[in-house]
Amino acid sequence: MTTQTTTRQDWQSPQEVRWCPGCGDYTILASVQNYMAESGIPREHAVFISGIGCSSRFPYYMNTYGMHSIHGRAPAIASGIAVARPELSVWVVTGDGDALSIGGNHIIHAMRRNVNLKVLLFNNQIYGLTKGQYSPTSEKGKQTKSSPMGSIDLPFNPVSLALGAEASFVARTIDMDRDHTIAMLEAAYDHRGAAFVEIYQNCNVFNDKAFQALTGKQERTENRVHLEHGKPVTFGPDDEHGVMIHDGTAHIVDVAEVGIANIHVHDAGAESPAAAFALSRLSHGPYGPTPIGVFRSVERPVYEDDLDRQIAAATDAKGPGDLKQLVTSTGSWVVE
Amino acid sequence: MRIRFAGDSGDGMQLAGARFTEASAIFGNDLSTFPSYPAEIRAPADTLGGVSSYQVHIADRDILTPGDHPDVLVAMNPAALMANLGDLQATGTIIVNTDAFTERRWTKAGYTSNPLEDGTLDGYTVLPVPMEELTKKAVEETGLKGRGVLRSKNFLALGVLAWMYNRPIEPTLGWIERKFGKDPQVLAANVNAFKAGYNLGVTTEIFRHTYEVKPAHMEPGTYTNVTGNLAVAWGIVAAGVAAKLPVFYASYPITPASDILHELSKHRNFGVRTFQAEDEIAAAGAALGAAFAGHLGVTGTSGPGVALKSETISLALMTELPMLIVDVQRGGPSTGLPTKTEQSDLLMAVYGRHGESPLPVLAVGSPSDAFETTIEAARIALKYMTPVLLLSDGYIANGAEPWQVPDLDALPDISVPFQTEPNTPEGFLPYLRDPDTHSRPWAVPGTPGLEHRVGGLEKEDGTGGVKYDGENHELMVAYRERKIAGIADDIADVEVDADDGATVLVLGWGSTSSAIHAAVRMVRTGGGKVARAHLRHLNPFPRNLGEVLASYDKVLIPELNRGQLWRLLRAEYLLDGIRLSKVQGQPFKAAEIRDKIMELIAS
Repeated sequence: MTTQTTTRQDWQSPQEVRWCPGCGDYTILASVQNYMAESGIPREHAVFISGIGCSSRFPYYMNTYGMHSIHGRAPAIASGIAVARPELSVWVVTGDGDALSIGGNHIIHAMRRNVNLKVLLFNNQIYGLTKGQYSPTSEKGKQTKSSPMGSIDLPFNPVSLALGAEASFVARTIDMDRDHTIAMLEAAYDHRGAAFVEIYQNCNVFNDKAFQALTGKQERTENRVHLEHGKPVTFGPDDEHGVMIHDGTAHIVDVAEVGIANIHVHDAGAESPAAAFALSRLSHGPYGPTPIGVFRSVERPVYEDDLDRQIAAATDAKGPGDLKQLVTSTGSWVVE
Repeated sequence: MRIRFAGDSGDGMQLAGARFTEASAIFGNDLSTFPSYPAEIRAPADTLGGVSSYQVHIADRDILTPGDHPDVLVAMNPAALMANLGDLQATGTIIVNTDAFTERRWTKAGYTSNPLEDGTLDGYTVLPVPMEELTKKAVEETGLKGRGVLRSKNFLALGVLAWMYNRPIEPTLGWIERKFGKDPQVLAANVNAFKAGYNLGVTTEIFRHTYEVKPAHMEPGTYTNVTGNLAVAWGIVAAGVAAKLPVFYASYPITPASDILHELSKHRNFGVRTFQAEDEIAAAGAALGAAFAGHLGVTGTSGPGVALKSETISLALMTELPMLIVDVQRGGPSTGLPTKTEQSDLLMAVYGRHGESPLPVLAVGSPSDAFETTIEAARIALKYMTPVLLLSDGYIANGAEPWQVPDLDALPDISVPFQTEPNTPEGFLPYLRDPDTHSRPWAVPGTPGLEHRVGGLEKEDGTGGVKYDGENHELMVAYRERKIAGIADDIADVEVDADDGATVLVLGWGSTSSAIHAAVRMVRTGGGKVARAHLRHLNPFPRNLGEVLASYDKVLIPELNRGQLWRLLRAEYLLDGIRLSKVQGQPFKAAEIRDKIMELIAS
């Protein structure tokens, strides 16, 4: 195991990076490489697994072990790696189509099992690699090549989905905000278990400015709702707005009107995901005030740890495997 | 002696058959079994569709098949009689549960009058036993009430059979105790019913004689009774030991492969990791991920599951990672006949992927062959860094036979060392091939300095980087093809069991081996000359196969499909073979193959 400190360059593979100029993926790649260099994770222990799509090119650009696999299947493949080798740091890089459409089944089950995977979902709300069809996170009514009259699909809210799938760690960040992205990567890595990080990622070719409400100079201060554990949920240029939760629903209120004491205090470690879910429903897409940060971070038994415990318990009870014992375990007889 | 237990699917016939088999194995008979059950867990009671049966063939000599026609039929209800009478030997014996022959129940089975009274059973030896009445009496003292009472009637039937065939009763009593020890009432009921059946034989006159089936003369050694699924599971565990790798078995429940998952999940003390995935695709993916991480990655399923896994198998082929895929075939297409046997996935195994995607295919020939063939499949996967398809089928999976335990200290060493150092002065090339095997190095995560990426996009020769160039693609396609074709030099020649002067060769693969062997024996007993061969390796074929095929005038290929091996041989060797096809969800009867051989010898 190497323990020396590394630089961003150490994490860059020799493969030429090929995304469209101006793609948000470049920024995320830089953030991840910067974070990895700081993290102290030995390079040979990092494994990046992706599916198919623009974001799934990611492993080729990381100078680590990696696999560019099959559309939607990265969480399944990564689960095999993480369960086989719990000492590795396994990262899944996926997109909205890859994770939520073709791979929807795998993503929810990886969350439910709480396999120690870090899932980075690059959400650009469009199919980029196939040149511009609507995705499972595209807004209703969106006109695309495959929906000239407007999409009639209701989009997923990825954070709500992850919470519903029993994820023990759920966060959201924005490609442009490198410091926040790195903070979310760090929190995800520090969490042992499945971590789901939605990253709003701009596709400047097929869905430019989809996140304008959160990235525009004017709009960002109005609409970014920073979730910070233990702090009241307030936002706006002067924190004049706040969030209250009643009857399971989050409401936006004027802090001055209700008093700061009545504003919801964010508890990422709450046993119940109900408040986190309510916060995730504050907007059904990045169009108005939208929470970013860690929605939920709770400790729960990790799949591979439980499995290793069973292996240890079985070995204690029966002794290490003995083939001769095994093949006569259902009864045997000797012919002289 | 061939005995068939038949009853409603809730009557416990599989259990009775399996217990009788176990006692016979311990007694030292050679045996072969054939369980058959409906796809529904509980089909409507007393209907033909709900009949479940278990045939066991026991003998004092080596036997090859469960037998075509049973000598003894245990019929627990009219439907079981209706469904099985046609198979019984003309002079066979029927042990019948007379209590079940009420008008309502025989009508439901399709009889228009009571078959016990209308002459239907003339010529057979009928042993009438009021099993429900006797079971009630036997169970009375346990205090068991209601429906639970009659559940023990399979043990009553088993007791009768144990007496008739002089089976030792201790193994069965011991088993009942282990199985039902937690519920003293049920335990007592089953023990009482079993003993009542046994004592019925001792004390009543209807069973005038018992049958002596002496222990078989078998090669000295330690034997155990295995089903195909059990032996495949043990083969997987042993392959892990022989490869010095932890086993990772990912699977999604599917008939008839689930028992492999059940068995492997019991052996955590071998470090076996079983992973019940969310679907077939995830099972293949997790196994491939584990292989990338340096485990022996295995996934098991049946035909519909292989279809779902095919994209992952292609990725394993492209990334050149070792992986074992077990396909326990069943009747298809689609859901088909999920509980019945067939050999119709061969072409899918050989060809069923997109792109130019050859991979090795092996088939298990019988329950007692499964252990060794599974290890051989794993050996090829590891040595050649390739996914390997291992075919079994429902008949092998559930059928049982004695298996001589091999010398486990002499297992072949199938380990492949991981790459730990760069393989060129300039650095690590993940696709630098071994000049002999064309295999690439296996460098697993955690190894400093060998970090590399693999994936589904075409690889540049040597570096493994992404490359779309046409000439490189053609080169890589050729490499992958050559690697698999070259395995022919590393597998055993096909062996032929031939009479001098034989002009007809019977060639089989998979579970037809026992019926072919039995048919050939019948022909020889009648003075006919014939040759027989069995293929374990279906891709690539053994090197000498072409020569073998060319040395016979006629090659008969019996298959439980419409001629899939027949087609492969035609493509590979321009062989004008003769196919014998059966797709009835049942194995061949030896006589069916014998008749065809005789016809070919005569023509």
